[in-house]
Amino acid sequence: MNAAKTILLCGVGGQGTILAADLLARAALAAGYQVKVSEIHGMAQRGGAVTTVVRYGDQVNTMVADVGETDCIVSFETTEALRNISFLKTGGYLLVADETIKPLPVACGKASMPAKAKAKLAEANAVLIPAHDLAVKAGNAKCENVAILGALESQLGFGADLWTEVISGRVPPKTVEANCKAFELGLEFANAE
Amino acid sequence: MQLMSGNEAIARGAWEAGATIGVAYPGTPSTETMESFATYEGVYAEWCTNEKVAVEVGIGASAAGARVLSTMKHVGVNVAADPLFTAAYTGVNGGYVILAADDPGMYSSQNEQDSHFYALSAHIPMLDPADAAEALSFTRDAYGLSEQFDVPFMIRSTVRVSHTKTPVEVQEPIGYEPKEYVKDAPKWVMMPAYAKPRRKVQLDRIAALEAWAEECPYNRVEMKGADIGVICCGAVYQHVVDALPDASVFKLGLTWPLPRKALADFAESVEQVFVVEEGSDYLTSLVSAQGIQLSEFPCTLPRDGELSPGLIKYAFGQAVPEHIDVPNDVPRRPPALCPGCPHRLVFKELSKIRAIVTGDIGCYTLGALPPLAAMDTCVDMGASVSMSHGFELALANREHKPVVAVIGDSTFGHSGLSSLITTVYNKGAGTVCILDNRTTAMTGRQGNPFNGVTLQNRESRELDLVGVVKALGVENVSLVDPHDAEAVREALKTATTTQADELSVIVFKAPCVLLHRQRKPHYFVNADCRSCGVCATLGCPAISKDAETGLASIDPALCIGCGQCAQYCKFSAIEQVADTSTNGGAR
Repeated sequence: MNAAKTILLCGVGGQGTILAADLLARAALAAGYQVKVSEIHGMAQRGGAVTTVVRYGDQVNTMVADVGETDCIVSFETTEALRNISFLKTGGYLLVADETIKPLPVACGKASMPAKAKAKLAEANAVLIPAHDLAVKAGNAKCENVAILGALESQLGFGADLWTEVISGRVPPKTVEANCKAFELGLEFANAE
Repeated sequence: MQLMSGNEAIARGAWEAGATIGVAYPGTPSTETMESFATYEGVYAEWCTNEKVAVEVGIGASAAGARVLSTMKHVGVNVAADPLFTAAYTGVNGGYVILAADDPGMYSSQNEQDSHFYALSAHIPMLDPADAAEALSFTRDAYGLSEQFDVPFMIRSTVRVSHTKTPVEVQEPIGYEPKEYVKDAPKWVMMPAYAKPRRKVQLDRIAALEAWAEECPYNRVEMKGADIGVICCGAVYQHVVDALPDASVFKLGLTWPLPRKALADFAESVEQVFVVEEGSDYLTSLVSAQGIQLSEFPCTLPRDGELSPGLIKYAFGQAVPEHIDVPNDVPRRPPALCPGCPHRLVFKELSKIRAIVTGDIGCYTLGALPPLAAMDTCVDMGASVSMSHGFELALANREHKPVVAVIGDSTFGHSGLSSLITTVYNKGAGTVCILDNRTTAMTGRQGNPFNGVTLQNRESRELDLVGVVKALGVENVSLVDPHDAEAVREALKTATTTQADELSVIVFKAPCVLLHRQRKPHYFVNADCRSCGVCATLGCPAISKDAETGLASIDPALCIGCGQCAQYCKFSAIEQVADTSTNGGAR
């Protein structure tokens, strides 16, 4: 029996991490695994930092991620990637959307952005994905999260057909084509990295 | 197999058991349970004004023979405690199940109390599912057990059970026939003459439950090694299994009453026995009290917050695995009032007059955070109004800043109303601001008596907030548009100066921006900006100030065109665009 995999998705409230986690969980379930998805609702929704943990495997017990034990961190934003970086295990996969959103304390001048954020991410071997550009190329800027899942698939190996089916069954019918294209572009990007 | 959250699973379990009535007040992490229950066929579900009312409606419906579900967050159980304790005397007719959803780690709560103590002190049996599959089956079973033992059953979850999706198997409903209602005053009229015999009934029931606890299917022992034995329950069980794969585990599914003999036998079967629990010492103290010698953890297990497999491993002496430290200059990213939030200017003006602001529970508690930082206290639902009365009493003979209570519409209905009656009755002073954003916003925009929206969209009536306050005898009542800075300023000024010795109530009425999600043409900062920084003190997520030049800018993708900020710019540097074609897409 293989140990369960832990994937931590993080970002800023409203970025679509919960939908991405839902798609990922459905894909893992379709691939025949046990799955747990742990979300934090409530205060975090008002533009605060959000995290969702997806764990899958032959047997899944805990639903939370631990410091130094997380297989993949998927961050929708660069500052949030740094905030969660301690969870990554040695040799883990750090996928970060190349997008930076200033937290409110920074925007109103009460705090400043972290120094050398991108250099620190590069040091941690982060894969910086131009998710927005890929989504626009796929025909819909809102498909960013699916482009990111495409890149994540490079680490999972569920198979593109399975993903197509999962995505088609979950996203609004009008956006299926753009979402599937975004997934493909994300996967291509990660494989080329 | 389908993925379901613990909350959805509890709703499903109740429906499968034939529950047809659901009564609750929303509260994270319990809210979706009743929302989900409300979608099932043949079910009546409603939001009540508060948890006490919900449990009383529930006891009534149970007495009349229906199976009933009530759901609430842990602090809601405090509000419901009064009827709950006596419901454990009356017992039930139709099965009655109550969810208490705890929040260890306080993701969205003011404390992390452990609802187990209610089960213990009210003598109400409690089931503790560890995932959604158990949440469903435990809830389904709890209805039959509630009728068998003639007592309400509690389901206790935590945020990691309520909000974790796991695969579940569903069944069809059992086809429950509601019971007949037969008048039985000695069972249902809890005055001393009848309550004394019911107390004896309760004691007999406790004995029966204790005997049943020894062999009920909800507790199980997973024997592995003989060195370490761990007693645990709920989500913590999942962490323990991962953290200590070689340990033997006593998984409690029934956390009150505890199976004394089975626990003693388990303790005998291992070298060292530990209790691993989060948020309190409920299990630790009960297990120790029955003479089981618990071993000391080699290292510290945190007493506060949530546990995780890692924290349990560290308590048993394992090292934290190699990892990259979080840089110490990562700024916090707290949640904030949304762009266009109708609460914003009230806090801005309160901060300008340096009022003592007693706050309350809801989105508007975010007004406590910088840059608005316009709140002095927040304790529990309704406390803003009663605490401001307390402040006024203590400061009456001293020179003091104006005392202003701030409370939302739903929270006012929950328990602010009875607080306000106390102030009126005792001729108290101060200002009460009711932020009527037409919804229960923080928990996800539920209906409430003041917006007239019901859980299953049944026709209702909207309570007239101003009329209700006037009917109490408050003379200074005004209705103000909270998006109008000048009107907000004037209303607060009048209330806190000319009416300073009297009680005044200001109703700030404007819908939550998340209700209709309407966007107007966005605003932008023109070349007249003098870097004064005033607009940035509004704490709007769309506004930012350049770290070097101090020049303001507005993110067109976030701005919804409310125009609040433009009213604060002395240099007319904030302008609205002519149309929305350049507006960024909604995210």
